[in-house]
Amino acid sequence: MIIGLIGIIALVATNALFLIWMERKVSAHMQLRLGPMEVGPHGAVQTVADALKLMGKELITPEEVDRPVYLLAPIVIFLPVLLVFLVIPFSRSLIIKDMNVGIILILAFSTLAVLALLMAGWSSNNKYATFGAIRSVAQNVAYEIPLLITVMSVILMVGSFKLSDIVAAQGSYWFILVQPLAFILFITCATAETNRNPFDLPEAESELVAGFHTEYTGMRFAMFFLAEYTNMFITSAVAAVLFLGGWQGPILPGVVWFLLKVYALIFLMMWFRWTFPRVRFDQLITLSWKVLIPLAFANLLITALVLKLR
Amino acid sequence: MTYFKEIAVGFWSLLAGMAVTIRRFAKPEVTVRYPRQKIQMSPAYRGYPRLLLDSETQTHRCIACEMCARICPSQLISVAGTKLAGAKQKVPYTYVHEYYYCSLCGLCLEACPTTALEYSQEYRLVGFRREDAVIDHLALLRERQQAAGLPLTPIPTAEEIAAAAAAEAAAREAREKETAAKAAQAKAAKPVQAPEEGKSPKAPPEEVKE
Repeated sequence: MIIGLIGIIALVATNALFLIWMERKVSAHMQLRLGPMEVGPHGAVQTVADALKLMGKELITPEEVDRPVYLLAPIVIFLPVLLVFLVIPFSRSLIIKDMNVGIILILAFSTLAVLALLMAGWSSNNKYATFGAIRSVAQNVAYEIPLLITVMSVILMVGSFKLSDIVAAQGSYWFILVQPLAFILFITCATAETNRNPFDLPEAESELVAGFHTEYTGMRFAMFFLAEYTNMFITSAVAAVLFLGGWQGPILPGVVWFLLKVYALIFLMMWFRWTFPRVRFDQLITLSWKVLIPLAFANLLITALVLKLR
Repeated sequence: MTYFKEIAVGFWSLLAGMAVTIRRFAKPEVTVRYPRQKIQMSPAYRGYPRLLLDSETQTHRCIACEMCARICPSQLISVAGTKLAGAKQKVPYTYVHEYYYCSLCGLCLEACPTTALEYSQEYRLVGFRREDAVIDHLALLRERQQAAGLPLTPIPTAEEIAAAAAAEAAAREAREKETAAKAAQAKAAKPVQAPEEGKSPKAPPEEVKE
């Protein structure tokens, strides 16, 4: 257990380091430019340099903030992310704690993420941060529902909440082949849950300065940043487990396949970011309540029907 | 029914957008990593004006007429030249261009009667002081000639300029003496003919030339 926790912390740090570099490189190549090239070979050490810079920055706390809430928000944002790592199966034997209610734990704790955003936005004593927080609450709540329903469709097929059971049930064919609509819905809702473009209104880099984390400097900002990239990893990992067969694959060891699938899905989310413009707030809510929820319900109904008739 | 059609069309448009981006991902980058890689400037690029190095005479074509200095709207060019002893045309002994206010309008190029000026292709103009932007074109020309292995154009020294000025002054004095002598001669031979011929009181053609 202890080794697992240490491993997780190491994974979170390395993952964030790698993902920030990957984001900059992917975005650069999609825009026909090179990205970081100076620090280290092809800019590989650039993220370390950025982290050192952030650590050296002054931690400015504005005057009228709600101090306990303000100081706790960067910590709370890490809670759901790190807890979810407990149940993810990296390979047949690499799970820290294979719980009976694995998927329920994941879904429950991913809702906590919005609490941290709300804490950050509200306590900052800044209208723009509050706007970002309000938008993020609406967005997260609206997109949680189709996420849950979509996951339900997969659970219906497996009959168990345990993640290792879900992976084992995909031995012969991956669930993406039988539930393509659920996969698309899940990826959309996951992108919205992690506040990535095209759903990054809470951050809204061109509108709200920096949205809910406007008033955070230095290492506190780094915490939010880190949490966003780790959240991407988590949601991609859950998608890989639910739809892409987890760690299963022909020749390479399970861990390698798992990581390949996760990073392929992360690449997909980055691809989304550099293709689509940001959705307007009313378009966001319309999309969720009028399109995604009916489609998710329809998917669930069809799944249940097919399973009943089998 | 339009509900489903909208969803389908919208989804297809998303995929089309993603196709565009992934194709661009595969294309080569257009970045030129200055200063390790540099772009070749086109010949039409307008860097600062400089003296043209004539390919036949291996030197400049400037005759120090000062047209460029007169036409420059910011009065940035200072030219001075002289006709050396035994030479046919004037040569400049100083050609200084204060580039820090130059607007690259090109009027100096257009005004020059011998097309002695051209645009360079130099864009790396960095200095620590304002004086670094003052260009001494004769020195620049000599540097270029040295780099190309050509014989250097001599810049007239102070003695040569003084000698040329002295020679010019002496020549002018000699001419003036000659014209004065001729005028005295003409006056001595004229008094009987003037009322009969009714010639115009203009001086004979030899004296109009300066």
